[in-house]
Amino acid sequence: MSITLTSPVLAALGGVWALLVAATVVIWRLVPVPDSELRQRIRSWWLIVALCSLALTFNRTAALVFFGMVSFLALKEYLTLIPTRQTDRQVLFLAYLSIPVQYFWISIEWYGMFIIFIPVYLFLLLPVAMVLRGETEGYLRAAGTLHWGLMSMVFSLSHLAYLLVLPQNEYPQVSGPGLVLFLLLLTELNDVAQYFWGKLLGKHKISPSVSPNKTVEGFVGGVLTTILLAALLAPWLTPFSRSDALLAGALIAVAGFFGDLSLSALKRDLGIKDSGNLLPGHGGILDRVDSLTYTAPLFFHFTRYFYF
Amino acid sequence: MRYAVLRGLFFLLIVKPFLLLAVGVNVRRRDRLPTAGPAVIVANHNSHLDALVLMGLLPWRLLFRTRPVASAEYFLSNRWRAWFANHVIGIIPVATSGGPSRAEILGPVREALAAGDIVIFFPEGTRGAPEQLGKLKTGIAWLAQQLPTTPVCPVYLHGLGKVLPKGDWLPVPFFCDAWVSEPLYWRGDQGEFMRMLAESLGPQIEAG
Repeated sequence: MSITLTSPVLAALGGVWALLVAATVVIWRLVPVPDSELRQRIRSWWLIVALCSLALTFNRTAALVFFGMVSFLALKEYLTLIPTRQTDRQVLFLAYLSIPVQYFWISIEWYGMFIIFIPVYLFLLLPVAMVLRGETEGYLRAAGTLHWGLMSMVFSLSHLAYLLVLPQNEYPQVSGPGLVLFLLLLTELNDVAQYFWGKLLGKHKISPSVSPNKTVEGFVGGVLTTILLAALLAPWLTPFSRSDALLAGALIAVAGFFGDLSLSALKRDLGIKDSGNLLPGHGGILDRVDSLTYTAPLFFHFTRYFYF
Repeated sequence: MRYAVLRGLFFLLIVKPFLLLAVGVNVRRRDRLPTAGPAVIVANHNSHLDALVLMGLLPWRLLFRTRPVASAEYFLSNRWRAWFANHVIGIIPVATSGGPSRAEILGPVREALAAGDIVIFFPEGTRGAPEQLGKLKTGIAWLAQQLPTTPVCPVYLHGLGKVLPKGDWLPVPFFCDAWVSEPLYWRGDQGEFMRMLAESLGPQIEAG
């Protein structure tokens, strides 16, 4: 099945590429060190933007496979970081198998199954698989941490992909890829804006024990910037009214902030700084998807409740 | 080599895609790996995957000159396993228990190195519990003494014992790490050599 791309989506993708080229030129001028962190970050962004562009423009199956891979890498990174029991190896294998199944529900547009498969069926089934192994020591911790990982890295992130298949008959000018792009762009730019305003004006720490770099000024600046961007982009990519666009922007900004904070708390708990080295300069996949684990489901349900 | 095509295909179609997708090995200081034979690559040993990962780290042109030293008792115990180990992987089988002298046991390894091959060697002798370095056997020091100009390149592997531990058949995906250390050479003191080796086969503190 192919995706119908509307010209606003192509224009927005073009805008992202232009932004990337501009950022690359600026960073290469400002930072002369070849292997500096900022330069590595830009290199990673080229990879991310290229893969996302390909996934969103090729066809629906390619997009679902791409988002499924993101879930897989995120879950793998999570399970590598947390302590797991050797007796649960086969249960963990089952947990990985849930990823293609969850994305399969999306491909056949079975919303009812998509929304309960992990929260209900896997929540009940995987602990049964653990119980049958017979090891009770650490049982609650193993079952709890595994479910938390599946909810964040598979269930939550897969909402991003379900945006692609929301029925769009009512709004012929709006496409699934447009909604995905809107959410991805605002989530990532919100991260950047909060960082930027924090560096520029940051004084009052918002949560010193979890993430000492986050400030009230950065947070407020980020929220305002994201609301503004939402108002600018919504008429092109979404069916939102003006007031709903502002609301969606605020929702993404606040949710993104808490998603980021939640993963930071997880890393503090485990005593690690960067969660991996898959993308140089980024720490890892988890550091890229932390905000999305919160923004994707919340934005999806906002959109679905009010418009589809 | 008649079986070179088979080995190439095995790595191209099975080993490399599996390591890339299911495992994901994060290599630090790949530049310290040997670029030509003869050389010994030594590593801690927790999984059947260890040898495959180490072979997969090397450039393709060296793959066909790289041979893991493996237990004859285990790998030659049945016909199919022996055929696969000998021809597709290209192991150097050695006796790991009792019997002949060290020179006799490690003779074929020494010959392979003399012929310019890269040899993969696990000084623990067998696969141990994940993330625990077992007692190192001193055969590696004997080899280094015999061939003092051959670099002994230590690689510390982390996580593969979780992906596929001893006695299990189902690989479960986890990210893994490989730290390559500076090559060691024989300096005339076995205790010193073994101490430096053990240090390189444990968690490495990231420098620079």
